[in-house]
Amino acid sequence: MSARGIRASGADAVRGLATATEISPRPVPAGVKRHRMLSSVADHTLLILFAAMFALPMLFIFFTSLMTDQQSLSSVIWPRPFVWSNYVTIFEEVPLLAYTWNTTQIAVLSTIGTVLSCVPVAYALSRMEWRGRNAVFVIVLSTMMLPFQVTIIPLYIVFVRLHMIGTLTPLILPAFFGDAFSIFLLRQFFTSIPEDLSDAARVDGASEWQIMMRVIVPLAKPAIAAVALFNFLYAWNDFFGPLLFLGNNPKLWTLAIGLIEFRTSHRVQWNLTMAASLVFMIPVIILFFLAQKVFIEGVTLTGTKG
Amino acid sequence: MSPWAIGFLVFIVYPMVTSLYFSFTHYDLLSSPRWIGLDNYKFMFTKDAFFWLSVKNTVWIVVVGVSVRILFAIATATLLTRPRRGIKGYRTMYFLPSMAPPVAAALAFVYLLNPAFGPVNQLLTSVGVQDPPLWFFSPSTSKWGLVILGLWGVGDAMIIFLAGLLDVPRQLYEAADIEGANAWQKFRTVTLPMISPVIFFSLVTGIIWGFQYFTQAYVTSTVNATSKTSLGYPEGSLLFYSVYLYQQGFSYFKMGYASALAWVLFVVTMVCTLVMIRTSRRWVHYQGGGMFR
Repeated sequence: MSARGIRASGADAVRGLATATEISPRPVPAGVKRHRMLSSVADHTLLILFAAMFALPMLFIFFTSLMTDQQSLSSVIWPRPFVWSNYVTIFEEVPLLAYTWNTTQIAVLSTIGTVLSCVPVAYALSRMEWRGRNAVFVIVLSTMMLPFQVTIIPLYIVFVRLHMIGTLTPLILPAFFGDAFSIFLLRQFFTSIPEDLSDAARVDGASEWQIMMRVIVPLAKPAIAAVALFNFLYAWNDFFGPLLFLGNNPKLWTLAIGLIEFRTSHRVQWNLTMAASLVFMIPVIILFFLAQKVFIEGVTLTGTKG
Repeated sequence: MSPWAIGFLVFIVYPMVTSLYFSFTHYDLLSSPRWIGLDNYKFMFTKDAFFWLSVKNTVWIVVVGVSVRILFAIATATLLTRPRRGIKGYRTMYFLPSMAPPVAAALAFVYLLNPAFGPVNQLLTSVGVQDPPLWFFSPSTSKWGLVILGLWGVGDAMIIFLAGLLDVPRQLYEAADIEGANAWQKFRTVTLPMISPVIFFSLVTGIIWGFQYFTQAYVTSTVNATSKTSLGYPEGSLLFYSVYLYQQGFSYFKMGYASALAWVLFVVTMVCTLVMIRTSRRWVHYQGGGMFR
């Protein structure tokens, strides 16, 4: 298989979506045609109905974010007037810009850490022969099943002793030591790359490190991109980690825990909460549209190659 | 391998051993751990009503929440395989909500499902529903609110089913057509066996996810409750296992007891997963062998 062929095989699942829509036209009898038309109308009605159900919550969030505080507590759905200044207020009332910067730091650094640490491990687990390899792979798999609750208490205590509670370190450092899910995903992809390519490089006298960097990594770009995106997204959205490790230091709060701050002593300011939620979601949505293919391939890869 | 090996020792092995030790102690962070044998476990199983409440709620979300979500994922994915045009647009729209940060999604649904001013109940009232549900304000409907929130974010599960459905060889359906099978028979005898690995994957990950259900429950109950102590509001109906563990460990600093809770969770997760893997041989059909090819 050529290099391009390999890259394509990772994308097969998604390509399937395209080919399924390109069925060659054949002459069809009128009755069948009418039946097809009707069922196609029924399909699209259902599809549009579901699309509306998925889209409406987003629209309501958007509308609410443009209401006055009073109006957001009323039964009116359409904002009157449109309070665009809510999007300024949220940055004044709460240090949202600082939260954004903190979230970005955690997400970017932990993503870099995950990719740097997981690629070599996945390489060793798939492209190198050594004793105990399968045993190590089983250990990696079983750590995926380990609930984080089991390890979090001793880790928390260690970070207390190191005076790192209230710093970003506990949220970034562990990423530099590998993550079972990312290792698993990369390993599955690396395994699908033909051994001939490595052998050819070995004949040319390349070291394992060179083979990994020059042969495997370039071919595995889609999988690496998926791992990076998943980790970025996970860190960006994470609520539990920041709640636990940053709770006592509001200066370093992330967007996820800062969102529940828009409230008076008794109740939530829904208009501002929704505006801030949208600000929180927008980078994710932009990222999704920029890398939709990688996302969908990545999700698919985790589910079907298992 | 070495960074992973260090990480494995520091972030997995050491904490596991330590938390197992803590689970047999009384430990409040202020004084050093005091050995109390099985007392934490005895208290948990025989005296702690909140433990059993959280178990009940968690089993509910695992059984009802996960199965409803998988059924919905199969339904939406099936729908997406039908049209010949516009599939990409629909796929994007269905998938997008699953990208929303859990905190933001949970907050949005607390608002949408608010009985007084939320759009959902206004819609229900306008179509003539008397006494629409109180959602997150009533213990009988609060968990259903979370199920609906989960359905809105069904995209990640759906996309896996979609790939599985499109992978089913067309010849199988043609063969079934020739034998005169109806739509249900085709689904039952062709589709279901062919996507059984995906169902299996979704069940296993879904169960693990359900046992660790935290963020959505924590956010909805703290936002609606008036005081910080009433975790699991309303009336403890959203007190899930992980929420309870968090409260015991990090609000009350009962590190020994929280560790015992964590180990029970771990053992139960392991047993469930192993049982599923064992029974899967009977109903999961792999086309080309399993994980170790």
